[in-house]
Parts: sequence; C-alpha cells; structure tokens
Amino acid sequence: MTTKNILVFGEVEKGRLAPITKELLGGARRLSDQVGAGVNLLVAGALSGESLQDAAEFGTDIIYHATDPGYGEFSSDAYSFLAVELCKKIDPVLCLMGQTDLGRDIAPRIAARLGAGLCMDCVEVRFDPAQNIFVQTRPAFGGKALAEFSSPAGKLQVNTIRAKSMEPAATQAGRKSELMEIKEGPDPSAIKTKLVSVKVLETDGIKLEEAKIIVAGGGGLGSAEGFTIIKELADALGGVIGATRVPVDENWVPLSIEIGQTGKIVSPDLYIAIGISGAAQHITGMVSSKKIVAINKDPDANIFKISDLGLVADYKTVVPVLIEKIKESAR
Amino acid sequence: MEIIVCIKPVLDPDLPPAKFTVDGKKNEVIPPEGVPFVMSPYDALAVEAALRIKEAQGGKITVLTQGTKYAEEIMRKALAMGADEGVILSDPAFEDSDGFGTAHVLAQTVKKIGKFDLILCGRQAADWDAGVVGSLIAEYLNIPVVIRAKSIEVLDGVLKIERISTNGSEVFELGLPALVTLSSEMGQVRIPSGWGIISAAKKQVPKWGATDIGTDPSQTGAAAAVNRLVKLYVPVYERKCEMVTGKDPAEAAARLTEKILAIKP
Repeated sequence: MTTKNILVFGEVEKGRLAPITKELLGGARRLSDQVGAGVNLLVAGALSGESLQDAAEFGTDIIYHATDPGYGEFSSDAYSFLAVELCKKIDPVLCLMGQTDLGRDIAPRIAARLGAGLCMDCVEVRFDPAQNIFVQTRPAFGGKALAEFSSPAGKLQVNTIRAKSMEPAATQAGRKSELMEIKEGPDPSAIKTKLVSVKVLETDGIKLEEAKIIVAGGGGLGSAEGFTIIKELADALGGVIGATRVPVDENWVPLSIEIGQTGKIVSPDLYIAIGISGAAQHITGMVSSKKIVAINKDPDANIFKISDLGLVADYKTVVPVLIEKIKESAR
Repeated sequence: MEIIVCIKPVLDPDLPPAKFTVDGKKNEVIPPEGVPFVMSPYDALAVEAALRIKEAQGGKITVLTQGTKYAEEIMRKALAMGADEGVILSDPAFEDSDGFGTAHVLAQTVKKIGKFDLILCGRQAADWDAGVVGSLIAEYLNIPVVIRAKSIEVLDGVLKIERISTNGSEVFELGLPALVTLSSEMGQVRIPSGWGIISAAKKQVPKWGATDIGTDPSQTGAAAAVNRLVKLYVPVYERKCEMVTGKDPAEAAARLTEKILAIKP
C-alpha cells in the first residue's frame, strides 16, 4: 500500500537544487495539502548535502535519489526509464516537472508509457475538490490565448510547469525528509541515444532567468550594434540584456538570450523593453515582470499596453541620455 | 533513405493579436475571414531537413498530414518543395484528437507504410504549442527520439543530431530508424519553384481512413482525449502606462531616468 503522493522530478545545477525545482516543490506542497498527499522528490546524479537539506526545507517528504552512474548526465532514455519505474512503485496522483530540457523531453514519454494524462507548459495547476481532479492552465497559439484543461479523476497526470509560475514554499529551517537511495541503474536496452558532446553558450555573469534587471531589445534596434548600446545601459543599471525572436533570427545576438514562448521565461523586478513591438510570443515570456518600461518609436506599439512607464522616442536619441544620467547618479 | 515527414495545417501564427478572437462558447478560435491556414512553420523545417538529407544521399520523402480542411493545400506545398509522395489521413473518427490520438493515427500510418528509416516532425505545432506528438509517435513505434534538432547528419547508418538546449546545444548519436523533431535554428526553408508547383499539382495524394490504417477507435477523436479543454480565452495583461514626455527627447529621457531610478531594485 503506497501513500497518496505527488512526485516532483527535480533538477540539479552545480550540485544544488535548480530554482525551477524549488518552485515545483512549492506548488506541490500547496496542492498536496489540498489533496491530502505527501510530496516526493526524484533527483538523479551527484547531489550535495546542502541540496538534500534544501529539498527538505522546501517541503519534500521523501527524496528518491538515483545514484547510479547511468543517471550521471542528462539522458532522455535513462530519465524516462527512471521516472516510469518509480511511478510504478509509488503510484503518484500527479507528476510535476519543469518545462525545461528535461521536462519537454521526458514528460510525453512517461505519459505514453504509463497511460497518464499529459499537459505541457502549464502556468497553473489547481485542485478541484468537488470533482476530485486537477485543472491545468497553459498558454496556446504563441501566447495569444490561455487554455484550461480538466483531467479525468483517478488517473495519473504528468504536467510540465513553466518557470516562475509557482512560488517556492517558505523554507522551514531544520525540516527533515526521508532519503531513499535508488541504487539500480537504467536497463541498458532502454538506452537508444548517446550524448556525445555538450556546447555551453555562457552569457556573461548573471543568468537571464535570475536577473533582477533586464534590458531587452527587439527588431526595432535595427542591427547588432543596437545591442551594444543597450548592453551599456544594462551594465550601468547592473542588469543583463535579453532579446526577442527577431534579433535572434537575424543573428544579432545568440539564441541563449531570447525571451518568450520559444526562449526563456523571465520575471525580473525591472524589465526595460527597447524597440520591442510586443508580439504575443514575446509578452508571454516577460509579462509577469514587476515593473515594465517601454521605449518605442511607435506610439501604438502593443508593448505600451502592458508597461508601467512608456517613452515614445527613437532609442538612439534617448538611450545614451539614460546611460549618462544613470552613470551620473551612481557617482 | 526512406524519410517520413509529418505536417499540420495551423492558423497563421503571424496573425496580429488584434485579429485573434475566440468563441468562448465553443472554446474555439474564430479564423478571420480570408486568412488561410498555413503549414506549421516548424513542420516546414522538417520538410526542409528531409530535402537536405535526400539531396546529400538520395532517398524518398513521404509526407503525412491529418485532417480535411487545408490538409490538401499544405500537402501540395510540401510536394512542391520537393517531397515525393503524400498521404492525407482523413476520417471523422480522427477529428479533435488530442496529442495521444494524433500520434496513434500517425504511428499506425507509419506501420502501414512499413519501410522507413527516419521520421521528421516540427518541434511543436504553432497552434497548441505542446510539442509532444513527435515523442509520442516514437514511443508508440519504440524507436529512439531526439527533440528540437538544429542539424542532422547521417553517417553509415548512424544519426548525429545537434539539438538546442537551454544553455547551448548537445550532440547525440543514435541508430536508425529514429524520430527527430526540428527547431527553427536549423535555418531557412526553401520556397517552391514554379516547376515544383506544377509537378506537385499532378501528383495523386491518397486519403486513408481508420480502416485503411487499422486504428483503434477508442484511441482517436474527441471522445478519446484524456485531458479536456474546458475554457479557451484571450488573456488581458493590461497595465496603466504612464507616458513620459518632455520638451525634447533629451528632457523626456532625463525624466524617464529619474522614474527608473526610483523603481530600480
């Protein structure tokens, strides 16, 4: 007899729990209190003692740690195998993972193998106690629409969750969780793809998703040189630069700084949008920023509708003034 | 190299938000008049990837698409780009399938075709954006899968796939047959030539239904959908925007700076 539980497939970055995993644990904790379930966390690969403590303090009841070297690096085949085996054993009512490389890859595969319900890129998962079901909300049509789905009662749900959609739970210092080691490795016959190399495009300094200030540029910047100007503004403010789809497609900037439906989802304290018209596919990736400032030549640009502060101007004339004034104020 | 490509007609994703409306009673998008559906752009990349492989080492490209409305149009486009053959999967039993149902229809069709080395799909359809059908087809056929590829190389029966990841890219090796989904980093999609359009128009495209491919009726259509759409709506994200002005751009910029400094974390 297994206890009713929600399973979070966790991710580890440099030996510590990834921010998305803390968010998922927060969401799982809140849902589990409504459902009357425990929160279990599955993690694979090397893990520091601090992350185990993090997991406990962020609300995990049982940590399943897969320690076999076969789980040491990302493998869609191995991780799908691992998640399926654990789900068969502990029979969760809900399996949550991030809408990340891992989640995009394994969620459909796990759902297919377990005959589970599947909903990708959810911005909300709530529990409807009257029907005893989970209800998911997710963007569709490039962020132009939101869709709400109801899931059948009594069937496992595999859901991936968009970054910044769930709040991490308040940490409870000294909270304990049970640690279960999964020693068995993946079935060799399950491994059909081999990872041969990894290329990491490092953005200098702070990660886009964790930045407090982002200065983003769109097609309106007109060239790669435009990004040199806004980089200077970002530096003056102590922030980082981001971009919409167009500058990435035009090769002005690397893919790693794209914000939006097909890029990163961000939620900084301050988002300055320069030369960005405000296409749905971009807005869906930054709309939850605390304060949004827009600079655009076109007074009718959609971006102003979702901004707190706006300036109608050519960025080339006003951004240098901003840089100078901000530098002055820092002196 | 026998390549199968799966494509889907979608409402043009470049449609401006002002023209995008939803019927809240039916939970459906209302397609604006005179705006045709297009081949989902990621699927067009899959057709392009197939053509590049065929050009490099020969082979045959078969395109599959599901549905009645606009299926014919996008199929002609894929053939005009250079695909060899096509099949339209059309049956009332297939309509309003979810990702599982769609993948079931496509996997059954692949089984009927029998001979294949590689299946290519777009990373996600530009309407529902779920990005699951490729992976599900691979699961149903029990073949290896890599999603969000930017390049595909075939060397001595081994696939070498570079795929995009959050922090850059990863290279995988896998055997054939396999399924790969394509991402926009792959590059430009060709425009059909006049000759391509003429020869595509002459091609016969068979329509196969549930009995032709032997689908299980309990696995397809709206009734088989696992999670059900209960509400579709256009989100309103509006904020009250304070427009900053000045006698000239420099003064406006100076004022904006003060306001930014006041809210800066």
